[in-house]
Amino acid sequence: MENTKAAIVRTKAKEQKKQDKYYYASQWSLMLRKFRKHKLAMASTILLIFFYITAIFGGFVAPQGTEQYDGRYVNCGPTPVHWFHDGRFIGPFVYGLKTERDPETFMLMFAEDTEAVYRIRFFQPGSAYKLFGLIPSSIHLFQAEGDGAVFLFGTDGMGRDLFSRVVLGAQISLFIPVAGMLLTLVLGLFMGSLSGYFGGWVDTVIQRLVEVVRSFPQVPLWMALSAAIPKTLKPAQVFMLMTLILSLISWPDLSRVVRSKFISVKKEDYIMAARISGAPVNKVITRHMIPSFTSYIIVNMTMSIPGLIIGETTLSFLGLGLRSPATSWGVLLQETNKLETIMFYGWKLIPMLFVFLTVLAFNFMGDGLRDAADPYK
Amino acid sequence: MAENRVILEIKNLCKVYESKGTHVKALTDISLTVRQGETIGIVGESGCGKTTLGRCVVRGIEATSGEVLFHTEEDGVIDFLHATREQMKKYRRDIQMIFQDPYASLDPRMTVFDIISEPLRYNTTLNKREIEQAVDRIAEQVGLNKAFLRRYPHAFSGGQRQRIGIARSLILQPKVIVCDEAVSALDVSIQAQIINLLEDLQREYDLTYLFISHALSVVRHISDRVMVMYLGRMVEFGGTGELFSNPLHPYTKVLLCAAPQPDPDVAVDRIILEGEVPNPAAPPSGCHFHPRCAYKTERCEREVPPLVEREGRLVACWNCAACSGARS
Repeated sequence: MENTKAAIVRTKAKEQKKQDKYYYASQWSLMLRKFRKHKLAMASTILLIFFYITAIFGGFVAPQGTEQYDGRYVNCGPTPVHWFHDGRFIGPFVYGLKTERDPETFMLMFAEDTEAVYRIRFFQPGSAYKLFGLIPSSIHLFQAEGDGAVFLFGTDGMGRDLFSRVVLGAQISLFIPVAGMLLTLVLGLFMGSLSGYFGGWVDTVIQRLVEVVRSFPQVPLWMALSAAIPKTLKPAQVFMLMTLILSLISWPDLSRVVRSKFISVKKEDYIMAARISGAPVNKVITRHMIPSFTSYIIVNMTMSIPGLIIGETTLSFLGLGLRSPATSWGVLLQETNKLETIMFYGWKLIPMLFVFLTVLAFNFMGDGLRDAADPYK
Repeated sequence: MAENRVILEIKNLCKVYESKGTHVKALTDISLTVRQGETIGIVGESGCGKTTLGRCVVRGIEATSGEVLFHTEEDGVIDFLHATREQMKKYRRDIQMIFQDPYASLDPRMTVFDIISEPLRYNTTLNKREIEQAVDRIAEQVGLNKAFLRRYPHAFSGGQRQRIGIARSLILQPKVIVCDEAVSALDVSIQAQIINLLEDLQREYDLTYLFISHALSVVRHISDRVMVMYLGRMVEFGGTGELFSNPLHPYTKVLLCAAPQPDPDVAVDRIILEGEVPNPAAPPSGCHFHPRCAYKTERCEREVPPLVEREGRLVACWNCAACSGARS
């Protein structure tokens, strides 16, 4: 009897605490709580965080740099990583590779030479790179010892490790969309708030501009703009220009969202209450209006990233973006534009898997965010 | 009441909404003199311009023409609608508003403390401690638990939210408060609490209320004088007692007898109005009420009746002598 009473009291206290937490929860913590319940979105977020961290530490994770190649291993398939040699566990290692000719097609084939054992070493010095583009280093996460070669995703037509290139390409493919999105945000927020706050002829002019920009077919416009990028520019400059091109085309959508939010929020009682209590215009906008639709903007931006990723990939695939040896997932996919590649070198499609996974993950995350954005439902 | 000084004079206030060639006259020539410490009830059906009037007075929306003269102690009479920046800075705090919808009028992204203290940040130079003390004091006065101040509005019921709204309007210690349907969104029992709270606060701070409501029983209870509006015009204005017991304007009569009676056994001699409220974009000629009026004459269709003083009240009707005779 005493026990049950105590248990009831405990549950009640627990419930009270839970309730208190809800009452004291800000809009953001309510959103986070709801987002956590969205399993798919959470998984996607974790995957994306993993991708981005890998990309940031790309130089460390990739065994090879962008400029490295090995003429001996052209179009080599993924090398399997083994753990047991002669029935004994000796840790991860790869066998050496020997070349053979296919007796029918005379194509160069790679086969494992089970005599030569090359262990995979972790945190050993290798080729030099700069971490975050700043800190010189040569430590790599893993590489084969001695003459061994480990190609997790195989190699391309020049004997470059595809895994390294996927990782290093992610630095472009994952960050151009984010940079483009930020630029889009600045443009869209600026144009949208002008349009929504002032209304009248300002609104009319901006909205007609939006319609003009939106009515261009996207891919040809991208192509035209990218074709205008001089071929002599450094990869970093090309990166900036591509960002600019992508955001020049994608700001209208965001500006429409911002505009409509401005118009609807402008009529809210609490905005008038703030004005009546003497809040200056800038305080009304920054303290009340923008916070009221920040969540929507975040959702909108998340949902717009997949488009930008596809955009960058498309441009690079068409040879209008970055060029080798600078790399991005689109650049890597250039090699797959021949039928023979897909027939004989299937592993070269691996970068596409990453484009696919990233786009999907961003979409799921956006979905989760959108559901979470309305905390009072 | 009569010896109290005048605090607010509304003169010929007009508000016209324009959109694509149509003009909607939401307010036409509203004039009103308000004395300190009194409560003016403003009644009328939906769309008659009550809320517009309230919002124009506090400058939540800008009136098209007219004046709102605010009698200050230091600087004499200032026109609130055309005040200079400095005047506005000094006197904005004196005319505040309580909103109808306690859900829409509180920013859901701010804690209750931030909501109540926000006006202080813009109008005073108090430091953090002083702001906290002020908020605590006002919260206690309106009956909010201090422990709840760090919560967000979504944690409160309608009545509590309205108390938060009242606390926000009161924290600047205004002289005039426009209560725009301040209790309409609440349960009847909560309404009573809030009304009592408003009355207590009025006694304590010598507040002046412009009490906008469509709930006649509430207006009758709280107001000293009542103004009846129809389609953006004042049709009758007078002391609450006389106006409710002997309405002069035909519209007032109809409005009063439309109010529900709490006792079902009391037979109500209802006048059923015919027709709809006319489109305010194309109001009827002459007296706006004539298409629905039982006492209309040919003159009502042609000429707008002026507000005239009759039996100590202001009435805008050509025939109120005739119709009041017919009714009593």
